[in-house]
Amino acid sequence: MNFHITPSRAPFDVAKIRQDFPILGQKVHGKKLVFLDSAASAQKPRAVIDAMSQAMETQYANVHRGLHWMSERTSEAYETVRDKVAALLNAPSRDDIVFTKNTTEAINLVAHSYGRGVMKAGQAVLISEMEHHANIVPWQMLRDAHGVIMRVARMTDAGELDLESFAAELAHGDVALVAITHMSNVLGTYNPIERIARMAHAAGALVLVDGSQAVVHRQVDVQALGADFYVFTGHKLYGPTGIGVLWARHDLLEAMPPFMGGGDMIASVSFARSTWADAPQKFEAGTPAILETIGLGAAIDYVNTIGFEAIAAHEAALTDHAMARLAEIGGLKVIGRGQDRGGVISFTMEGAHAHDIATLLDRNGIAVRAGQHCAEPLIRRLGLTSTARASFGVYTTHDEVDFLADTLLRVRSFFQ
Amino acid sequence: MNFDDVRDLYQEVILDRGRNPRHMHRMEVFDGKGAGDNPMCGDQVEVRVLFAADGAVADAAFEARGCAISLASADLMAEAVRGLDSARIRALATSFNMLARTGKLPEEAPELRTLQVLAGVSEYPSRVKCATLPWSALIAALDARREVTHD
Repeated sequence: MNFHITPSRAPFDVAKIRQDFPILGQKVHGKKLVFLDSAASAQKPRAVIDAMSQAMETQYANVHRGLHWMSERTSEAYETVRDKVAALLNAPSRDDIVFTKNTTEAINLVAHSYGRGVMKAGQAVLISEMEHHANIVPWQMLRDAHGVIMRVARMTDAGELDLESFAAELAHGDVALVAITHMSNVLGTYNPIERIARMAHAAGALVLVDGSQAVVHRQVDVQALGADFYVFTGHKLYGPTGIGVLWARHDLLEAMPPFMGGGDMIASVSFARSTWADAPQKFEAGTPAILETIGLGAAIDYVNTIGFEAIAAHEAALTDHAMARLAEIGGLKVIGRGQDRGGVISFTMEGAHAHDIATLLDRNGIAVRAGQHCAEPLIRRLGLTSTARASFGVYTTHDEVDFLADTLLRVRSFFQ
Repeated sequence: MNFDDVRDLYQEVILDRGRNPRHMHRMEVFDGKGAGDNPMCGDQVEVRVLFAADGAVADAAFEARGCAISLASADLMAEAVRGLDSARIRALATSFNMLARTGKLPEEAPELRTLQVLAGVSEYPSRVKCATLPWSALIAALDARREVTHD
């Protein structure tokens, strides 16, 4: 029998949280690891590691197939995660949670099944200049294959969505779907999804929200947001790779044809024709990522135990501290000055290229990302070719932020 | 800590060439130009070459937005290839790629003497491309030689 764990760990104890992440004890280049690349992929708590290895050691078989004990137990463990995801997103029904490989696959699923299956040539998808390649390329492919128009709303110089441009694009009257990020993976800016959704709905468009970054840092409520599709990936949420989520309104899932064909997604199969299972199974062809799904379930339990209020407060304090410390460094420029922003901070430094910065930081044990962050149009829009990016997680400390700032000061003098 | 352990990569010559490249400018008269892109970081380099009557490179220059490693590599390359013909430059490009990947030159290549300061990049797998990108652009410039007329 499963009992729900009620959030209890207060106050936020980052030292205790760090003990949950075995990898944080590692050294790189003989230095203590300072992992500031969680926006690319977060580290995994012991609870996730244990859930996956325990499943393999004690309770594993294929799901939805066997009449035997192992399969039934595994199916139950797998399906329980659907409930956890539904609760995480405040989705109205567990049946509207589709498991995918990652965010990229979830968006491709919508571009394929909704884009080709429901949208008509001449209708438009509206994205923004802030998008990750995963929320650009599938729509370009849809445009080229299906005659759908792709429109792009502009971003302000501060790194926020330009709502006037957004409204002007909607005013074309052909937008059937808005596909937009909840939180920029480069700038850390949150988009005002409630307002965007109201504007989109008033114009007769649906809204797909890329929650890859936001779901890690904030309590997401797809109903309050007014989203029609919400997608995220497990590995940024302290879960394993290979498991992502698509949530969609039930009527939309019902109207959408399958993405891939195979086992598990059918009602019946003959050589003449096959019929589809209902959602979500309709979109989950083949043996799914069983272990990874179980790992995602453990990750969701883990963040719930800490609590999103505590996570958000911790990260807001870290971000404020980082902004203050980085402001002390001459020649360093933080990219993106959005009002509503989180712990993803891109920056450039006069006289030091992002790759050189990253290499020097790495030799001091600090992991940051450098480059275009899978958002080439955004980087170009800002007149840049690359940035360095530090991103925070539940395990990031003020001391680590200080060490980053101190090391960046030395990077600055190294290249001067 | 004074970044001592990165000095094998960022030798003084590299820092100097990265800050003040001697051959980073737009050559208006040239016989071939070629570009290199690193989609990982968005860096781009364009190399232009001018040939003398005997088929040897009379001048080479580049324009780039890049890191210290790629700028230094491009700058030292532009100097090293002067007076050499296309066949020799192609052979040296192969040798330099080997130097960047393994830290060692596969053959006697006195022309690459000054570029040996870049051998340290072999210890940084994610940075090898930074060093080799200008050479890819140079080879593209050699390939494009016949298609280009003087501006």
